[in-house]
Amino acid sequence: MLPCTGRIDEALLLKAFENGADGVMVVGCLEGDCHYVNGNIRARARVERVYAILEKIDIGPDRIRMYNLSAGEGSKFAAYANEFVEQILELGPSPINVARTTTAQATSQEEAA
Amino acid sequence: MITGTPKPIEEILEMVEPYDNIIVAGCHGCVTVCRVGGEKEVQVLASTLRLAREASGRKIEIKEVSLERQCDPEYVELMRPYVEDYQAVLSIACGAGIQFLAEKFTVTPLLPGINTGFLGVTERQGEWAERCQGCGDCVLHLTGGICPVTRCAKSLFHGPCGGSVRGICEIDKDVKCGWQLIVDRLKALDQMDNYGKLKPYKGWDSARHGGPRRILREDMI
Repeated sequence: MLPCTGRIDEALLLKAFENGADGVMVVGCLEGDCHYVNGNIRARARVERVYAILEKIDIGPDRIRMYNLSAGEGSKFAAYANEFVEQILELGPSPINVARTTTAQATSQEEAA
Repeated sequence: MITGTPKPIEEILEMVEPYDNIIVAGCHGCVTVCRVGGEKEVQVLASTLRLAREASGRKIEIKEVSLERQCDPEYVELMRPYVEDYQAVLSIACGAGIQFLAEKFTVTPLLPGINTGFLGVTERQGEWAERCQGCGDCVLHLTGGICPVTRCAKSLFHGPCGGSVRGICEIDKDVKCGWQLIVDRLKALDQMDNYGKLKPYKGWDSARHGGPRRILREDMI
């Protein structure tokens, strides 16, 4: 949990994928409503850069998305979260997790043989 | 500062393809300021390479390093204890830094992660522009602080050519005529007499035309 999406940088977002995330949802304050003036605008630019990176390395750009919400929009948060989870379920496991599963299965088969 | 741009990730992946463990080395100097080769860019590039390689079924081990400067021996030497434990070094410093690493670590392949650009300034965040070509014979005191070698597309020394139209260079509508800028500035400074003081011929032997250059400061050795 970060106090402001302005603290997010590209490396942090990519690290989530390295750590096994199938998707990353970034939720910032409403644009124009940042306590730190433009933290959420900066976050959006960084999310877009990661979007481009994921597209280039065939992980899939749709696995990352930024939403803007106010702190009082709990039901909207839940709706966005459900929407994003649905999107990731449709995409399936990330190629990283697919590769890890394949490697683990091959290793266990080798050990059994 | 020395500017640069990242190489396309596809090109970098092709370069590192033969290797299973590499160092990604950044530099805290110019390339950090122009956001192409600093500590953060090392983290992003290393993560990107690890993800791409693992997704392709062949993992790569990466050591992330960021030196104070890759163009000074005392910082480069900090890599010596571990550099031979890795199959290659992918440097995202400028071309000078990359070559200096290659000179120091002779048995380790060096790979460039960026395309080095020019000596320039930050006009605004994300936009850099060339200002100096390091010609070795500065005349900025005579040209209102605007370099004719760099700002004139032809590096002319004696006023604008016929391709200057209403202050714009013929090469591109977004490029201002360097000599128009110089004359405007000299007029504003009331220094138009400097216009006539320019040397009859510029010696280019101190520029790149004389081959690779070296500065020797006897007082510092």
